[in-house]
Amino acid sequence: MDNKTIISIVSIITAGLTITIGVIGPALGQGKAIANALTSIAQQPDAEQTITRTLFVGLAMLESLAIYCFVISMILIFANPFTK
Amino acid sequence: MKLSPDETVIWQYGFFVINATLVWTWIIIIALATAAKMITLKLKTGIHISRWQCVLEMIVTGIINQIKEVGLKNPEKYIGFLGTLFLFIVTSNLCIIFPFYEPPTSSLSTTTALAISVFIAVPFYGILEGGLGGYLKSYLKPSFIMLPFNIIGELSRTLALAVRLFGNIMSGGVIVSVLLSITPFIFPIVMNVLGLLTGVVQAYIFSILATVYIAAATTDSRKTKKVIPKKK
Repeated sequence: MDNKTIISIVSIITAGLTITIGVIGPALGQGKAIANALTSIAQQPDAEQTITRTLFVGLAMLESLAIYCFVISMILIFANPFTK
Repeated sequence: MKLSPDETVIWQYGFFVINATLVWTWIIIIALATAAKMITLKLKTGIHISRWQCVLEMIVTGIINQIKEVGLKNPEKYIGFLGTLFLFIVTSNLCIIFPFYEPPTSSLSTTTALAISVFIAVPFYGILEGGLGGYLKSYLKPSFIMLPFNIIGELSRTLALAVRLFGNIMSGGVIVSVLLSITPFIFPIVMNVLGLLTGVVQAYIFSILATVYIAAATTDSRKTKKVIPKKK
């Protein structure tokens, strides 16, 4: 095996690990956020607009963490700087 | 596999490269500008207005209401910047229904440019509202220990804005092209529909986050007037 093959193998494994481990945290966080938002909407249906807007902004914040992992795994697979 | 429209080179002369990102960005800019100009040429104030003017009024009042709900006092001052951001991102994300179109927001350079313009607009509006001293003092709130963290936060949220929009739109395109090689019939269309939803939500979130940042800068840097109760 030459160097390039080893780097490719390590990159592929790391890309899989990145997206797997990195998605766990945001998934738990988003679930908790949605559950709490539903509870508060059920308690105060008048405040639905404010809660929904804040929820969307918060969800986007949380989702960006998972997106970072996705971007890194995409770079590792398709645009790896070490195999060029 | 192509990750961004930067890699599609249309015309090249030396180091001067025109790629698909530039072309589609300019097409969107020209389309939006001509549409706005054409509609606003014949504005009427009566009861019978043209249908395009009605659409434009709905968009403008909707954006003004959203800005007002976040907490900015006079939205007319900010709608030029925030409304343009929203309309540009939403148009470039929604045009994926056209064939051969590649959204310019799936290139990191476009989203970085948008995020840098937000990065510049926040101190601009902050200084406009509270003066240079008032804006610089907002970095020392709540205490001067927070100064490095405020600066790091300013930089990291710009990075987050850029990477979030890029990652979301790029991932939509990548998923569609992966599915095209596995199940080429129905599922790419379903994921494209999901991409439309993601595009609108991300445009909304980008502009609402810019609004929140500007609102934070303007309210922090405003001089706190001490209200002295009158003595009887």
